[in-house]
Amino acid sequence: MSTYYVSHDVSRCIGCRACEAHCKVKNDTPAGSNYCKIMTVGPRLSRGIPRFDFVYMACFHCEKPWCVDACPTGAMQRRDKDGIVFVNDDLCVGCKACITACPWGVPQWNGATGKVGKCDLCMDRIDQGLAPACVSKCVTDALTFTTAEQASESRRQQFAESLLSKQDQQG
Amino acid sequence: MKKSIYSMCGMCTVRCHIRAEVEDNRVTWMEGNQHILGGALCARGAAGIALRDDTERPQGPLIREGARGEGKWRQVSWNEALDHVAGKLGEIKEKYGPQSIVVSSRGGPWQGLYKTFVHAIGSPNYTNHDNTCGRNTHHASLSVNGVARKGLQYDYKNARHLVLFGRNLFAALLLTETRAVMEMLQKGGRLTYVDVRVTETSSKATRFFHVRPGTDYALALAMVHQVIRENAYDAEFVDKYVKDFSALCTFIEPYTPAWAAGECGIDEDSIINFVREINEDRPRVIFHPGWNLSRYNDSFYASRMLHILNGLMGNVEMEGGLFFPKGPGDCGVKSIRTVDCRKPDIERADGCGTTYPQFEKGPGLAHLLFPAMKTGKPYPVKAWMAMRHDPFTCMPDPQQQKEYFDNCDLLVSIDTHYSEFGWYSDVILPESMFLERDNHIIVQKGLKPRLAVRRKVVEPRFDTKAAWDIFRQLAVRMGVEEYFPYETIEEFWNWQLEPTGYTMADFEEKGFIELADKPVFYDRGELEGRFKTPSGKIEVISQVLEEAGLPSLKPYQSPAPPPKGKFRLVYGRVAVHTHSHTQNNPLLHQMMDENNLWIHTDEAKKLGISDGDMVEVAAANGYSGRLRAFVTDFIHPEAVFTVHGFGRQVPRQTRTHERGVSDQRLMAGLLDVWDQAGGAISLCESFVTVRAAQ
Ligand code: SF4
Ligand code: SF4
Ligand code: SF4
Repeated sequence: MSTYYVSHDVSRCIGCRACEAHCKVKNDTPAGSNYCKIMTVGPRLSRGIPRFDFVYMACFHCEKPWCVDACPTGAMQRRDKDGIVFVNDDLCVGCKACITACPWGVPQWNGATGKVGKCDLCMDRIDQGLAPACVSKCVTDALTFTTAEQASESRRQQFAESLLSKQDQQG
Repeated sequence: MKKSIYSMCGMCTVRCHIRAEVEDNRVTWMEGNQHILGGALCARGAAGIALRDDTERPQGPLIREGARGEGKWRQVSWNEALDHVAGKLGEIKEKYGPQSIVVSSRGGPWQGLYKTFVHAIGSPNYTNHDNTCGRNTHHASLSVNGVARKGLQYDYKNARHLVLFGRNLFAALLLTETRAVMEMLQKGGRLTYVDVRVTETSSKATRFFHVRPGTDYALALAMVHQVIRENAYDAEFVDKYVKDFSALCTFIEPYTPAWAAGECGIDEDSIINFVREINEDRPRVIFHPGWNLSRYNDSFYASRMLHILNGLMGNVEMEGGLFFPKGPGDCGVKSIRTVDCRKPDIERADGCGTTYPQFEKGPGLAHLLFPAMKTGKPYPVKAWMAMRHDPFTCMPDPQQQKEYFDNCDLLVSIDTHYSEFGWYSDVILPESMFLERDNHIIVQKGLKPRLAVRRKVVEPRFDTKAAWDIFRQLAVRMGVEEYFPYETIEEFWNWQLEPTGYTMADFEEKGFIELADKPVFYDRGELEGRFKTPSGKIEVISQVLEEAGLPSLKPYQSPAPPPKGKFRLVYGRVAVHTHSHTQNNPLLHQMMDENNLWIHTDEAKKLGISDGDMVEVAAANGYSGRLRAFVTDFIHPEAVFTVHGFGRQVPRQTRTHERGVSDQRLMAGLLDVWDQAGGAISLCESFVTVRAAQ
């Protein structure tokens, strides 16, 4: 896992797919190629109410990326300083080995260029101290650009606060 | 060189504040204004850049060559197009009188421009799309509160409970509202949602009333009944500000939760428990009175009850409740100037305010102009200019509409894209898309009012113009330019700002001018007269309705179940398209290229339809279309649902041409089915058949 982490708060997400749209605009991806995608689960009954649930899926920027190992040309790379996994366009020959290798099918085929593309966490923005496009413009602030450590910390904090506020309500 | 420009989105009529970055006349980044939206922008906003790149939009003024709708066009210069339109308008004015000219729009903060034009040339017939949108809610608000639909706004963020009747606000996005409701939920606020199907909004609800289609009014009545019975209302507020409360108590007697449970197909206890909840949460309880409530024949009365429920909660002019929107005057600032021309003193062709005293004259009702077209009474309607309004997708039964419009000598469409009406019209005057145009300055009322302006971000890609320019140039040709006292947008802006003491430079810092630094509230103890009803209070009995021979409190009538073998057609929206405007957008088309038909599992089974099968849906007018079935337990068995805006008929929009099915073409006969008290067309009062496609 890279230093960075995009955390997705499902309780905030409304499945509006703005993140997908902003990603597509930023990366100029053709139809059918989505570096990030909102997966819809449901509708199904949960807590007595029919609901959709939405799950944000991009790349996990794995610590030991299958895609990088599978790439025969060295196009698929892991950036040393922060672990971002990205494609060097010039080296990609379009063999699709990475698509097969990734357990989640994350690398995306671009029929127009005959190459693979994938989420690079908007590396150019990160290097300017900005957040990725999807995070910057999420409609409900469901996405946060953070580090794995911070994400865990803030989850625990949230949990602790909700626990106390429930006690307040009951007490 | 890279530039950063504040502006306003135009992908839907919410018009969110945005900031764009531009390099070499190309937009390289676009986000929601950080000061208002924290950067948030919806998918449609993102697709603004794709709209600019799209070549499948009118690239210059077009004059029709072949028959109407045949699709033969001649691209002409602006001078030729404007001369042509002004010439035709002149002839029509000469022959039939100026009142035979109609201008319609999609409403909104800039409509003063179009209204001024039509009034200046001598016609009272300005109209808009509201007959298929908020008119029932608007008239309901006038009858109860004495103010327009938007004459009260909602402080969602600080509410403890929000009640929504079919207002799917997590798909029909209005970003400030979406975000405020999300904050309310995150703070532990409750959301009660009423609909005939599961939606993005029910997905976040704490309580869901899954009702039989057409029974909203029944549920609202039972809520009022139970609120009164349990004393779950603010007696002091009611005493002070609600007139005719005793008439309400008498009327509401029979409408018990047990009765409504049977009528709506829900559980009696859930209504009782709901009222207990709001009793805990009040006064910070907001009943949204409906947005696109042009649905059933009693939607107006349902909305009236929702307005009355707000009164019972005593939630007016407070945090977490309703408030009167404040303007410059409330902040000690002089307001901007705006173009204006008094409405000519001639009866409206649709009879609003005369034949129909219950309907506000304002923009009248677009569908009531058809009888005038057909019969020539009270006088002929011979020209229709549609400013970004698409009658053929807004209103039902375009086939029938065409027969009416064929009585007109001139049809003009002013739009950024080919609308269905535009394709049928005689002249298309292409408006620059939002990133390519300036608009005049507007006031955005609220707890913290502001001045706002849309700025041109990039130069127009094609031979298109902004509305301020188009209407002024037409006005010049019609000899009424004195109502448009500017030649350039800079002159227009400066003239508008002059009384305020602000200059255009004041927009630079944030993209808008804030007129108050903290929320402005009126004194809650002194609200009498703020309600512009005859008594200055919230009125249960409306004089206007009674005088028009309409009941203020209408006894409930159960909606007929669908005829055997048929389903009630209901429609709605998604977060990746705006009505019928965006289906051909290169990006949004990728995200959703056709609609499907929701049908209940049991009904599908009877018809031998499985999830994902192609089905044929047909209406009584002979129109039918094919689309895929979405089979689910979470739609009422009496209804089928589809997303509005598909099945488009413009061949030049190659991506979306004839993709999916057009709900409005399925709405057979609905041009004549409208709410006699609220005025809006009842868009969910049609029935269709469904079968597995061969
Ligand atoms: S933009 Fe945000 S709220 Fe919308 S789908 Fe993406 S993560 Fe969810
Ligand atoms: S593409 Fe797949 S394997 Fe490669 S880093 Fe991303 S998630 Fe891991
Ligand atoms: S809701 Fe979306 S499309 Fe509408 S104005 Fe806002 S950003 Fe633009």
